[in-house]
Amino acid sequence: MEENKVGLEGIQYIVVKIGSEQYGIDIKYVDNIVRLQKITRVPKIQNYFKGVINLRGEIVPVMSLRLKMNQAENEYTNAARIIILKLEPQAAIGMIVDEVKEVVTLDEDEIEKVVYNAKEENAGYIIGIGKHEGELISLLDLNAVIGEKENV
Amino acid sequence: MDTSQYLEIFIDETKEHLQNLNEQLLVLEKEPDNADTINEIFRAAHSLKGMAGTMGYKRMQRLTHDTENVFSEIRNGKMKVSAGLIDTLFQSLDALEGYLENIQQTADEGTDDHEPIIKQLNEILASATGAAPVTPTTAPVAEEKKQETEADEKLARKYKKMKLEEHELTAMSEAYKKNMSVYGMTVHIQESCILKAARAFLVFKALEEIGEIIVSEPSVQDIEDEKFDFDFSLYLITQAEQEKVKTVVKSVSEIEDVVMEKIENTESLSDSVETKTEEKPEIKEEKPAQAAAQAAPTKQAAPAKQPAKPVVNRTVRVDIEKLDALMNQVSELIIAKNSLVSISSTESAEATLQGLHEQIEYLERITTNLHESVMKVRMVPIESVVSRFPRMIRDISKKLNKKMELYMTGEDTELDRTVIDEIGDPLMHLLRNSADHGLEANDVRVQRGKEEVGSIFLNAYQEGNNVIIEVGDDGNGIDVESVKAKGIERGIITPEQAETMTDKDIIGLLFMPSFSMAKKVSDLSGRGVGLDVVKSKIESLGGDVEVKTKLGEGTTFVIRLPLTLAIIQALMVELGGEKYAISLSTIQTIEDISVSDIKYVQSKEVIHIRGAVIPIIRLDKILDIEPREEEPENLTVVIIKKGDKQAGLVVDNLIGQQEIVIKSLGKYIDNTKIISGATILGDGEVALILDTNVLI
Repeated sequence: MEENKVGLEGIQYIVVKIGSEQYGIDIKYVDNIVRLQKITRVPKIQNYFKGVINLRGEIVPVMSLRLKMNQAENEYTNAARIIILKLEPQAAIGMIVDEVKEVVTLDEDEIEKVVYNAKEENAGYIIGIGKHEGELISLLDLNAVIGEKENV
Repeated sequence: MDTSQYLEIFIDETKEHLQNLNEQLLVLEKEPDNADTINEIFRAAHSLKGMAGTMGYKRMQRLTHDTENVFSEIRNGKMKVSAGLIDTLFQSLDALEGYLENIQQTADEGTDDHEPIIKQLNEILASATGAAPVTPTTAPVAEEKKQETEADEKLARKYKKMKLEEHELTAMSEAYKKNMSVYGMTVHIQESCILKAARAFLVFKALEEIGEIIVSEPSVQDIEDEKFDFDFSLYLITQAEQEKVKTVVKSVSEIEDVVMEKIENTESLSDSVETKTEEKPEIKEEKPAQAAAQAAPTKQAAPAKQPAKPVVNRTVRVDIEKLDALMNQVSELIIAKNSLVSISSTESAEATLQGLHEQIEYLERITTNLHESVMKVRMVPIESVVSRFPRMIRDISKKLNKKMELYMTGEDTELDRTVIDEIGDPLMHLLRNSADHGLEANDVRVQRGKEEVGSIFLNAYQEGNNVIIEVGDDGNGIDVESVKAKGIERGIITPEQAETMTDKDIIGLLFMPSFSMAKKVSDLSGRGVGLDVVKSKIESLGGDVEVKTKLGEGTTFVIRLPLTLAIIQALMVELGGEKYAISLSTIQTIEDISVSDIKYVQSKEVIHIRGAVIPIIRLDKILDIEPREEEPENLTVVIIKKGDKQAGLVVDNLIGQQEIVIKSLGKYIDNTKIISGATILGDGEVALILDTNVLI
């Protein structure tokens, strides 16, 4: 992992694309970004999990952010990547995204907190909206995205 | 002084010493005059005391000290070994184990003083020697010179309480040889001081300029982190005069006072480490002006630290030979890599190919050996578990008033560390079972023409890829009829069922939950939480239990455990293009059957092979695999067994037998129980491991 050059203020986010939307992932949780590789299906698991991959000798479960966001799964292009996240040591998890765009640093005043809206089904996964060069980035609450256990 | 880094070693060694003491005491009980044993015990007790003292566990130290006193008297021949004495000594060992447990959990020894045991020990001492009991911790401090002022008492001479390590004492003796002086001192910082760490640092710096600081308490690290009250103690080696040292320290501002003395010889120090009774104050001290005005700063007890979490990692002690072997193989691996590199840079294609083949073969051999060595490193002899059993049987024997003897063989049989950790309780349970209701009462044994003393045995040995542990007794054996009656009485089986059950089936009832054979509930067994727990534990370790019994002659429980949990032999099968592994240990046979052989019983598919009716499980349906477009005429069926039950798994293809490394799927996947893990195949592909026990 490359060294984080976090400024005094502001958090670095990796900007990824899912469909036409942009999402931001806090860089401190990102362990690695790998190309899409063969995913071994595991039967009878949560539907948003695609299976497991072999990441340098470790078995890492891989989930699809699209499925988690209740969006239709489509064919992944060459730009698709698996982002390996480590929320805690010894427990890596992969997340498939359509494309990894860039790394941005957002200051506090560039982030707008979202008001929780119970009607919006994916609202719980977002902790804020970042504004960067005229574009909006939904900042993912990784603990909510990964931690929550749904019954299939 | 910061001792946390030694905690792990301390716990390990204390365990060893306690175990040793237990064993030696058992010997001593049988041979009260064995001088070697007494010496051994004394040595172990002594090291235990020293270690507890070094780590600052005062209560533990005190108890060991008193225990050691008793041993010392025995060693000097002033006291005879009696049954009562041995009992008391065992009690104190148990108390020490209690301390150790506390330390392991919280890094603190706890607050139990075990006064009754200490009192008992001292009474034994007193009655045996006619002398007053020695209670070192309460002995008054010997005061040779009475020039200590009130202020001195307030400014406690904490340095005297410091524990000095062997090497520190050596350093001091070296200093004397070089004609240097050693000073012990406690420096007090004004309570109004804000940057006490900085002040302390300045003192250290100033002292380092004129001499060498051997040791300080708290440690330098803790002082830097401000983990101390308003005083710290240290020992200094220097050529400077005492007054000079004092001036140097006091030149740092906000230092309230320094209490110091010249240490004349290391004996007094090592003594103070040993017994903490003798102190030789040889200091002249002027009364500091502010001291009286200030409230006594030193009375603040050790800062209330948050009880630390279990500080101990799981470790394996490894024989140095095993590590050497590992090292050798790794160097061979490097050589092999280097040859591959050099081959790839050679020009000639023909030579390259041949060399490559040779090197790959070589590499294969190395990795196989390497794998074996690494597995060996994880292996621990079962001795570490079973060595506490003789003591346990002794206690049970006393409690039940039944004479019995435990015979153990194969303590050096090795098992994977994870298995060793888990196997202790089941074994203990089986032994208790044997002792409590396996063996008959002594008089009954005599009547039956058996030896009066019952024997219990524990044999361990390796058999192929399994380790077998047999626990048995020469007692009455299991009375099948009475088990049957009990089963009917409990409503577990009906009388009709009982008629048709084989003896083996009936004995199997013993492993049912809540089935206890003890006629009365004793302390030891009979609460019905017995054999079923043993069985499930052993099954969770991938093993199984079997019972062999003969009425009137005894019972033997045979436990079969896999050598290791991390690597298994597996059969690789293919299903709809996906690869799955089935543990070889569960597979009975592999059959090729024709579709027309499948019969239906209660609309479920079964096959009839060699007299057994075996249900068929369509794995593709269970694993959500697209069924094959055309069902072939012949099906490959893997017959698996769990206990007496069997099932046939339909697979597309067999790939072959392979040794696989088990890896977990991680915690995020809501695991279906069918998949017990995954493994990585030679080509980097992931294959899932089926837990066939769930399917049956």
